[in-house]
Amino acid sequence: MLKKRIKPVITPDDIRADLDRFSRRAFLRGSLSLGGLAMLTGCNLSTDSGVDAALKAILRFDDKVQAKLFDPARLAQTYPASAITDPFRFNAYYPDWQVRGVPDDWRLEVAGQVTDKKAWTLDALQTLPQESQITRHICIEGWSQIGQWRGVPLAVFLRKIGADTRAKYVKFTCFDDYTTSIDMASALHPQTILALEFIGKPLSPEWGAPVRLRIPTKLGFKSAKNLRVIEVTNSFSGGYWENQGYDWFAGV
Amino acid sequence: MCVVSYLHAPPPYWLYAAGLIFKMVIFMKNPAQPLGRPAHSLSIRIMHWVNVYALGCMMFSGWEIYNASPDLPFLFPQWATLGGWLGGALAWHLSAAWLLVINGVAYVLYGIFSGHFKRNLQPPSPRAFLSDMRAAICLRLPHKIGHYNAVQRLFYGGVICILAIEVLTGLSIWKPVQFGGLVSLFGGFVLARNIHLAMMILIVGFIVVHLALVAIVPRTLVSMFKSVPSDQQEAHDA
Repeated sequence: MLKKRIKPVITPDDIRADLDRFSRRAFLRGSLSLGGLAMLTGCNLSTDSGVDAALKAILRFDDKVQAKLFDPARLAQTYPASAITDPFRFNAYYPDWQVRGVPDDWRLEVAGQVTDKKAWTLDALQTLPQESQITRHICIEGWSQIGQWRGVPLAVFLRKIGADTRAKYVKFTCFDDYTTSIDMASALHPQTILALEFIGKPLSPEWGAPVRLRIPTKLGFKSAKNLRVIEVTNSFSGGYWENQGYDWFAGV
Repeated sequence: MCVVSYLHAPPPYWLYAAGLIFKMVIFMKNPAQPLGRPAHSLSIRIMHWVNVYALGCMMFSGWEIYNASPDLPFLFPQWATLGGWLGGALAWHLSAAWLLVINGVAYVLYGIFSGHFKRNLQPPSPRAFLSDMRAAICLRLPHKIGHYNAVQRLFYGGVICILAIEVLTGLSIWKPVQFGGLVSLFGGFVLARNIHLAMMILIVGFIVVHLALVAIVPRTLVSMFKSVPSDQQEAHDA
């Protein structure tokens, strides 16, 4: 008892590291607020992930700005066939040897706020009007390449299934466990297509067989491959990369 | 919402330093106002250090973004980058961009309406530039705090133009479809991205020269913290 009183249980040296850490954190909070970033006021910056919360708040603000900047009538630049990048670079969240083949019982399922929830076969999709485009695929990493895709405009498909186009989001779930979601305005853009072909051939698994999204008004990671479910919804669901910190709107 | 950490990288110590400098400018007690115009007005001093912070965030996060798809045969070392990974770096880059642009617009408006541009950053005549440049290379160009010689006029004016191009090419590669006109002005997406990178290299070059000159004439650093009187001009300038 006596010994404990003589020697305090916690000395300043014991908590010095913590104190330093807290003052650093306080400073970081302070330096972020220097930006006059009024939109941070709604965030609880006193948590461990104060800076993260601030950055995420700004990213959400950026999403709103991006949605405002998006012009539904503005088309992405198109290119002649001679501009197509060859060889075209494979890209996914896994290496190319992990590409999955199309499941035997594959159907394109539709879900959410749609009147006709019957699943679609590839043959059925091929009976719908098709559009072809040669556009630039821009990766968030900075590289870009020009490719050709042909398929059903998503706007045509959404009307065909009786989708409520006043819903906020269209969500894509893939059989390679990838997910993403886009805003309805971008989904209805004339260059947003459910691609069935890549450079004149039916999609092979590495390019997203049997159906992929191709959306040249957004960064490459939004053009989900190997689609399995399309859902029209009002609930925000993010996506594979978006949940790790890429900006959700990802417009170009 | 899942928990995301942008801070895989070591703590950005340079950032703490930048904030400390900022606080010094804000809270430093100015001496009694000396006669005449201070070398740098309080507005200029604040905007200078805000710019240091914003440009630092842009540059160090930009290097991480560059590393995701390097176009030149080198990578920036991890310790010199901000954000920890591409997603984190982009979050920093797109956040600090607001600060950089807001501060930059405030500076340009201030420069126009306060007479700072007219007084200090008028483009020099080629002759004045060559003569001052020659003197500077021979280390015979005296540094007069509060007065801008021809070399400084060209370099500071030049880096402001470079920063403007950096922002415009940045907007181009952020929104190549929505800002299609701007992108074609820079010769397309790929070229705009290369110009963005080239301007970054020029900005780094400017910073190196700028810091070297501050090291040679350290009292210029003091004049960027607190209000100090301008040096006396020589008779032929008056």
